[in-house]
Amino acid sequence: MTSSLDIFLNAISTGIVLGSIYASIALGLAITFGILHIPNVAHPALVIVGAYFVFFMGQWGVGAIAAALVGLPVFYLLGMALYSFYSRTFERQGQANVLQSLTLFFGLSLVIEIIIALLFGSELKSVDASYVGSSLVLGPITMPYRLLVPALFAPIMIGALWLYLHRTHSGTAIRAVAHDDRALSISGINPTWIKRHAFGIATATAVVGGAALIIMGPVEPFAGRFQIGRVFAIVVLAGMGSIPGTLVVAIMIGIAESFVSAYLTPSWSPGVAFAILLLALGLRPQGLFGATR
Amino acid sequence: MTTRRQFNKLATLGTLGLAAPTILSSKAFAADKPIKIGASVSLTGPLASTRAGEIGYELWRDDVNAAGGLLGRKVEFVIYDDQSSASNVPAIYSKLVDVDKVDVLISPYGANLSAPLMPFIKQRNLFMVGMFALAGNDRARSDKYFHACPWGPDSMLGWPRGFFDIAKSINAKRIAIINSDLEFSSSAAQGGNQIAKEYGMEVVMNQSYPPNTSDFSAILRNINNVAPDAVFVCSYPADSAAIIRGVKEIGINDSVQIFGGSMIGPQYGSLLGSLGEDLNGLVNITTFVPAPTLESPGIERFFERYTPIAIKEKLDPLGFYIPPFYYVAGQIIEAGIKGSQSVDTAKMAQYLHSHAIDTIVGKVAFNDIGDWTKRRTLMIQVQNVKGNDINQFREPGKQVILSPEELKSGNLITPYNAARKAS
Repeated sequence: MTSSLDIFLNAISTGIVLGSIYASIALGLAITFGILHIPNVAHPALVIVGAYFVFFMGQWGVGAIAAALVGLPVFYLLGMALYSFYSRTFERQGQANVLQSLTLFFGLSLVIEIIIALLFGSELKSVDASYVGSSLVLGPITMPYRLLVPALFAPIMIGALWLYLHRTHSGTAIRAVAHDDRALSISGINPTWIKRHAFGIATATAVVGGAALIIMGPVEPFAGRFQIGRVFAIVVLAGMGSIPGTLVVAIMIGIAESFVSAYLTPSWSPGVAFAILLLALGLRPQGLFGATR
Repeated sequence: MTTRRQFNKLATLGTLGLAAPTILSSKAFAADKPIKIGASVSLTGPLASTRAGEIGYELWRDDVNAAGGLLGRKVEFVIYDDQSSASNVPAIYSKLVDVDKVDVLISPYGANLSAPLMPFIKQRNLFMVGMFALAGNDRARSDKYFHACPWGPDSMLGWPRGFFDIAKSINAKRIAIINSDLEFSSSAAQGGNQIAKEYGMEVVMNQSYPPNTSDFSAILRNINNVAPDAVFVCSYPADSAAIIRGVKEIGINDSVQIFGGSMIGPQYGSLLGSLGEDLNGLVNITTFVPAPTLESPGIERFFERYTPIAIKEKLDPLGFYIPPFYYVAGQIIEAGIKGSQSVDTAKMAQYLHSHAIDTIVGKVAFNDIGDWTKRRTLMIQVQNVKGNDINQFREPGKQVILSPEELKSGNLITPYNAARKAS
């Protein structure tokens, strides 16, 4: 018989790991939407591309984590190419309004889904790893490695990204381009190059998010659709552009969902992210970690 | 000068001349036109894995056309992608009926997509073969609806009954029911609750969860807390995988004698392969498994042809659950047309209501709302699976049939924890 303390502790620990996985999926959007102000609704679809990349590499005997590392430069280049297309299509013509951008990325996500289905079929795909199926037992807490391992990705990525954005010249340029790209160009830096570079980094995080997703459970080409609402809620609630805030908010949502599942009913958990979003934005419109401008 | 009588003659001849192609093509030469069958298939979207069924349509069409067609007419399909979205279905079927002028219809896959179509079918008095829609015609009660799947009469209760019959046979008293919030799973759970009441069982836990839940640890802990004798699970493929993995990671109470029942996913090759031996002990519903009691030349021939196509098209390489019944859908139409010697849907329906027909899955008879008169869903237990080789599931003995009694091919292993370890 499980005691109420066991249920409480397990709900918290499960919430933390789930939230961390949500953060690894949302991180790319925190960069594109939060910093670059590009509403990249195709990001969850790119995460699914990442998951299929990991699956594909798995067919050649490459483990999920190694595949994600191999995929980082590939997805970085893919992201740069995507931004180049976006920039040529809209930004250079001065037409980059939100509606057009949304349409472009929504269309892109549909194209991505179809391409994945054509290449890999529509069946669920999964990866096998020695740690899948076993759990870490710490007193009353039982934590499946299937969740624990991918949960480590987000803190590592976010820590590395925070250091990069705050300790390097190009990182500072990325933060600057979000505020005033004209001022940046006066200082001799090409804002388009910086944005392309940032979009590349955001897309590179998709392969890590994809690895987290496919380790957690099987994926199918259209699985990205179910992530869009939650990842946007995380990015907006964190405050546009707050990278560490993305992790904190994702964990908050993970814990809230986990408590709702454990103590009320799991059916209400999809509404948790939006309920918190509505409540928090009513009190703090710039998001929990966003700066007041 | 043209008189009025001459003008009338010319006008009549002219009108007849203009109308001749239409009259000739629609009446006298109707026999040359193919018989059109309209359907939607989920080629894209979350249900896209069900498109393996389309191979069943194609194999049946090829077989019929190779044998000279139906009433001397070739058969052709008009198929549209419903994108797995119920909102697309009414427009697709309106187009099939009013623009493409199909002769008969086959429904989209499952209850979620078929539900919005039923008022249209009933209102327009159309002939339709239903695909995998649980209780698909229970409300509309169309007399021109015939189910291709073996749910049997009163399918809302028929679907879960096999599991509860087994639970009753081992004297299970305390039942936990968990289900996805989607319509199909909710219907199955509702049926499970009714049967539990009918059998005097106590439902000690009744919990639903939203689609695409990836972590079931809280639900599994709650199940362990109430220590049920049986756990009836109504889930969709991704949830099913997460639940099976969750059982391995969190563990399940030793009180549980049988676990499963209505889990969609472990019927498909992809999940059978990826979950492999973690599936051992699962008692679950399906429609076909390799077993001596289900062998027939028709089904063997079907899989000989299905498998290479499915592998080439990256579809379910096993194809046990859905594809044979898409072939059966064609056989129902074939029997109706051949039996009534007509494509008049009223005559076809009359014939099918009054005659049992032969299909690759056995003899089938229909009741007044087109359900099979006898339930033939299978309740199986996964046993003796080793590793993750998908081809082992092609052998008998990996999914033994526990119910119905006349098709039984093995014995139940209990409790669930012992069955999980037995291999």
